[in-house]
Amino acid sequence: MSKVPYEVYTEEVEALSVLSPDGEIINKDMLPKLTDDQLKEIMYRMVFTRTWDDRAVNLGRQGRLGFYAPVSGQEATMIGSEYALQKEDFIAPGYRDIPQIVWHGLPLYQAFLYSRGHQHGGQVPDGVNVLMPQIIIGAQILHAMGIAMGYKLKKQKQVAITYTGDGGSSEGDFYEGLNYAGVYKLPVIFFVQNNGYAITTPFSKQTAALSIAHKAVAAGIKGVKIDGMDVLAVIKAVQEAAERGRNGEGATLIEAVTYRFRPHSLSDDATKYRSKEEEGEWNAKDPIARFAKYLEKKGLWTEEDTARVKEEAKAKVNEEIKKAEKTEKMTIPGLIDSMFETTPKHLEEQKADFK
Amino acid sequence: MAQMNMKEAIRDALRVELKRDPNVLLFGEDVGHVGGVFRATEGLQKEFGEERVFDTPLAESAIGGLAVGLGIQGFRPVAEIQFVGFIFEALDQMAIQASRMRYRSGGRYNSPIVFRTPFGGGVKAAELHTDSLEGLLAQTPGIKVVVPSNPYDAKGLMIASIRDNDPVFFMEHLNLYHAFRAEVPENDYTVELGKANVVREGSDVTIITYGMMVHTSVKAADELEKTKGIKVEIIDLRTISPIDIDTVVASIQKTNRAIVVQEAQKSSGVAAEVIAQINEKAILHLEAPVLRVAGPDTVYPFAQIEDTWLPTPTRIIDAVNKVLEF
Ligand SMILES: Cc1ncc(C[n+]2csc(CCOP(=O)(O)OP(=O)(O)O)c2C)c(N)n1
Repeated sequence: MSKVPYEVYTEEVEALSVLSPDGEIINKDMLPKLTDDQLKEIMYRMVFTRTWDDRAVNLGRQGRLGFYAPVSGQEATMIGSEYALQKEDFIAPGYRDIPQIVWHGLPLYQAFLYSRGHQHGGQVPDGVNVLMPQIIIGAQILHAMGIAMGYKLKKQKQVAITYTGDGGSSEGDFYEGLNYAGVYKLPVIFFVQNNGYAITTPFSKQTAALSIAHKAVAAGIKGVKIDGMDVLAVIKAVQEAAERGRNGEGATLIEAVTYRFRPHSLSDDATKYRSKEEEGEWNAKDPIARFAKYLEKKGLWTEEDTARVKEEAKAKVNEEIKKAEKTEKMTIPGLIDSMFETTPKHLEEQKADFK
Repeated sequence: MAQMNMKEAIRDALRVELKRDPNVLLFGEDVGHVGGVFRATEGLQKEFGEERVFDTPLAESAIGGLAVGLGIQGFRPVAEIQFVGFIFEALDQMAIQASRMRYRSGGRYNSPIVFRTPFGGGVKAAELHTDSLEGLLAQTPGIKVVVPSNPYDAKGLMIASIRDNDPVFFMEHLNLYHAFRAEVPENDYTVELGKANVVREGSDVTIITYGMMVHTSVKAADELEKTKGIKVEIIDLRTISPIDIDTVVASIQKTNRAIVVQEAQKSSGVAAEVIAQINEKAILHLEAPVLRVAGPDTVYPFAQIEDTWLPTPTRIIDAVNKVLEF
């Protein structure tokens, strides 16, 4: 006698694409409005980020970076989602989501300092609305939800976006965040980059749900699934979600299906759990190659442009890593003083042990 | 001055701060409409509106994370965790996120949050409603832990906690909510965090304690004075992180003997910390080892035996006699 219409949500949903793998527009209605200069800027940022990721992996091997989670393959989700926002919007990232906060205004050398475990890495400049990357999976989702409530209470038309992975979508904090955002109708975007793996655990062992986007239904918020290798689909989805948030229509959960070409972190070996065939399939969907085809056809981009951006990116990364390396080291007394606004007496005394 | 019990004093503090600062927000499970399961926030939603005082869905981690996010936005959240046993659900947000926001961001963001939670035994509550988890929280760097023992302190400490720009864990003993009334000023005043209070002067032995055990210790001290003429000095720590060791040391310099009384299980707790600090700062003033009176290292028991599980005046008297006869 159950009246619960359970069949309704047991259908697969197709991920939204705007561009075909050959760079043809296949979904004209969903094409985001962007000028030629904006299209070139997006490409610039994606190529720059790929080069920086390549360099970061090498810097990591040389011991010049600390913890670093590679991003290659996820440029469309990272660059596109940030590009769809306004400067005043707030970003609460996970550990891999460093490109978003850098393109949102965190100086690159500070991202390197963060990786090296230097406190100044998280000392976000005034006027830049980002949090430092979060290590506890899911914790940032709740911070974004609280930040979004702040915007709502202050009657500011800004939104907060937060990122996690397919693994992160299994955390309790994910459900608590979605549920609160639904109850309070908050201007927040939950952006899940489903790259198929949580370290080594495949998506098939993560959830029995047909998609992560389905999970929005239970929280009473909007859920969409998009092609995360298609930067135009990402931009369109985030623009719409941000507009909904600004108009007081509440939160959106976006699941972007993507792939990280490299292992989870610099200390993992992806060949242990992924096949060559699978990697090949995803390589063919490379978001940069796909977008380049589109721009080349429009006469907006050439191979020389790519080469030029790579050189620029290399030079910039070198400059910024040097700046990070030259930044004065933290000290224990400085660390002690950063615990409280006013250092309590017992901590003042503890400083004496480190003179 | 008005006569208030501790619950009314806390409510009064919340009202004072909600009125004074539009950034103060109050939320948690059931705190809005009915004013909490103990009615500690009763009437505040009516007075300040649903945007300032509100009910949340039943999810402790989200209560903590909401507070952290609002703190980043410049609000001053007062977040209630309904009972102490449920702080584990929120512990990441309290003990990891809020407590290190200032450090992680190099001072760019802070967590001006008060986490309120009722705790404490002797009221025959359900399992996991009464445990004394203050030692666990006190071990977290970056967080202050406050345990008031009377209405006057509760109001002044609460106002000070809300105005503090770092996270404060504010623990309200269930047995003290309605225990007695005392004079409480109606205006706003603060009691400094990290400052202990000498609640009774004496010259023979010092009892260092906090929360409900202040009252149990006073009973023991009365008895000792009446029967044996022993003059006990009692120090109410009021804040158990950081500990006001100066007040403790000054007292030991006078009495040369001390015991520490806590409701929590004996090992690795606040009493152990107090004794370690006494060893560092006042060992040459001691005529006897410092003893602990505490709960045994078991889970907190069901209501049936809690009266004997909790430290009693008799156990405190025994410990005092031991250090005097050492
Ligand atoms: C609360 C918590 N549990 C476990 C970990 C260890 N851990 C780090 S990354 C990771 C997998 C995350 O996978 P996913 O969310 O899919 O993100 P991806 O790195 O693939 O983008 C795990 C288990 C952690 N950082 N935090």
